[in-house]
Amino acid sequence: MSEHTSDRPTTPSRRGLLFGGALAAAGTLAAACTGNDPKETTPAAQTGNLGGGDNAKPGRPVTIGFSAPAADHGWIAAITKNAQAEAKRYSDLTFKPVEPTNDINQQISAVESLISAKVNALVLLPNDGEQLNQVARKAMDAGIPVINLDRVFPDKLSYRTWIGGDNYGMGVAAGHHVGRRLKEKGVAKPVIVEVQGIATLPLTQERSKGFADALKTYGFSVTAKQDAKFTVETGNQVASNLLQAHKKIDALWNHDDDQGVGVLAAVKQAGRKDFFMVGGAGSANAMREIKSGGVLEATVTYSPTMAASAVRVARLIAQGKGMADLMELQVPQSLTLTSETVTRQNVDQYLPLGFES
Amino acid sequence: MTAGDTDLKTAAVPKAPRVRREVHHIGLVAALVLLALVGVVTEPDNFATSGNVAGILALAATIGVITVGMTFVIIGGGIDLSVGALMALASVWATTLATQSYGPVVMVVCALLVGTGAGLVNGLLIAYGRLVPFIATLAMLVAARGLAQRMSDRKTQLVRPENDAIEALSTTKVLGLPLVVFIFAAVAAAGWVLLNRTTFGRRTFAVGGNPEAARLAGIDVRRHTLMSYALSGLCCGVAAIIIMARTTTGSSTHGDLYELDAIAAVIIGGTLLTGGRGTLAGSILGVLVFTLITNLFILNGLQTSDQLIAKGAIIVVAVLLQRRGLRAPT
Repeated sequence: MSEHTSDRPTTPSRRGLLFGGALAAAGTLAAACTGNDPKETTPAAQTGNLGGGDNAKPGRPVTIGFSAPAADHGWIAAITKNAQAEAKRYSDLTFKPVEPTNDINQQISAVESLISAKVNALVLLPNDGEQLNQVARKAMDAGIPVINLDRVFPDKLSYRTWIGGDNYGMGVAAGHHVGRRLKEKGVAKPVIVEVQGIATLPLTQERSKGFADALKTYGFSVTAKQDAKFTVETGNQVASNLLQAHKKIDALWNHDDDQGVGVLAAVKQAGRKDFFMVGGAGSANAMREIKSGGVLEATVTYSPTMAASAVRVARLIAQGKGMADLMELQVPQSLTLTSETVTRQNVDQYLPLGFES
Repeated sequence: MTAGDTDLKTAAVPKAPRVRREVHHIGLVAALVLLALVGVVTEPDNFATSGNVAGILALAATIGVITVGMTFVIIGGGIDLSVGALMALASVWATTLATQSYGPVVMVVCALLVGTGAGLVNGLLIAYGRLVPFIATLAMLVAARGLAQRMSDRKTQLVRPENDAIEALSTTKVLGLPLVVFIFAAVAAAGWVLLNRTTFGRRTFAVGGNPEAARLAGIDVRRHTLMSYALSGLCCGVAAIIIMARTTTGSSTHGDLYELDAIAAVIIGGTLLTGGRGTLAGSILGVLVFTLITNLFILNGLQTSDQLIAKGAIIVVAVLLQRRGLRAPT
């Protein structure tokens, strides 16, 4: 110990200086680095056309409640943003969002607060359809029409209209693109690899089933699939292992463009150019990749613009109007979006609709 | 090294367990060899390739660097639950547009400072605020993730093309290995020297073994505790750089459940959760065992759920063996 006690008087001050310097530097950095570019673009709002007929004209003033999970993912973030942007476009609409949360319990009480606030319609993306079914039913029983966004309630008495994406169709679209491209290339026994999202979710299983079914029509099948967790990091981890497992790959479908950033990084790090890749969801970043003509050749949409459509539909329902392009006097009970395939040919058209991941 | 130091060490760590620790390492090395054999047998074409080995090491780099810091904290009698969140926060802070406008060097410095700074806060709360480490770092976990989400607006922040020097850390290869693997190796080597060849390391064992005795022996226990959490934070900053290089992003979702992976690796590496005893080599071997399992499962096309079961079983077996090792010879 002696040698350390001897130089003690000098060291603390030196360290103190260093430490102080570091803190000061950290402070400056903190001030400089927390900012993100404030310019927010809401592409859906800019490009979407206002509904046909005279539906866009101001009508009876209505209040629309909105509840969605907290965004831990670009897609969910885009859902809330699109809903908000759409609501701003109507002078007759008061938008009442509640604090987004990933806690089922909190979402239930948030929806209850909207019910007691007597909103005219309720747009609801539940954390879990099964678990929020009761409270949605309560809203319907109280005479508030519920517009169920994407994750469906099991009980049809719990919602007036469902609007959402088509997971099976997404797999089908990806499968058709892969199948067609491989036929063009004349590959006989292709190695097709799939990077899934969370494997236990029904939506992942539907996507995989659609993919397999579509491939079957070309006589192809999936060689290997592995699940990531919708995050960049897990996408990177799974893809880098999968690339090791398969020295030759002809096509890769990645279910989700957010985790796709990690998948693309893994492909680049492995220096692989032997296959083409198809993405899923339709993020702006994926579309930029497609445009630049790298390994990512296409993506199949599962567009968060559905939130904007849901707000639009909620307004019509609350005002008792129908959809102008349809015969019926009221909004339909269910609206399933189709999964569109974005390729280099049509990417410019889709770019404004892509969400920032 | 002085006489006082040696005394302190023998007082805190009796001779016998040292031998057993070596034996434990043999067990871990055997597990690694066994897993490698499984790989060679089941996937002869893909497993034993230089590309796969490089891939495994690169995957192990993030969690490995974090485990180095965690080893110090746990040997010192603490625990750090905030590591995954700190890595996420550092990666987000370093990839905001404002930080990125200063270039890759500032991004790296920013990640290191954010990690160290948050680690210092942990240390201050625990050493001077007298909070239980579990609670202080749990609070940091929640708060740091929240801050990361707020700062990134819950988006994935891409490393911009002009800062591709960051990505080059994982695309540039030296001797067939990406640079991130060398960062991992350097951190592990530095950690080993710090733990085994310096007073700081010796004090870590002393503080973890018996803080009161350490205090009576003239160690500033509180300052030492502060330093060890700062060190853990610094490691999270380094890990953030690696994850930015590998994924080309900063995101509040990075490092999910890393705290559990790191603690598990430290534990199967033979470090006592109560502190005072442990080795860095064991922790690194623990990380490699886990990464190897993930690799083997994916090579063989098995699902992640089975991986989790296997990892759980390995933790239990390792700890059971460790307890036998502690009891048997006496």
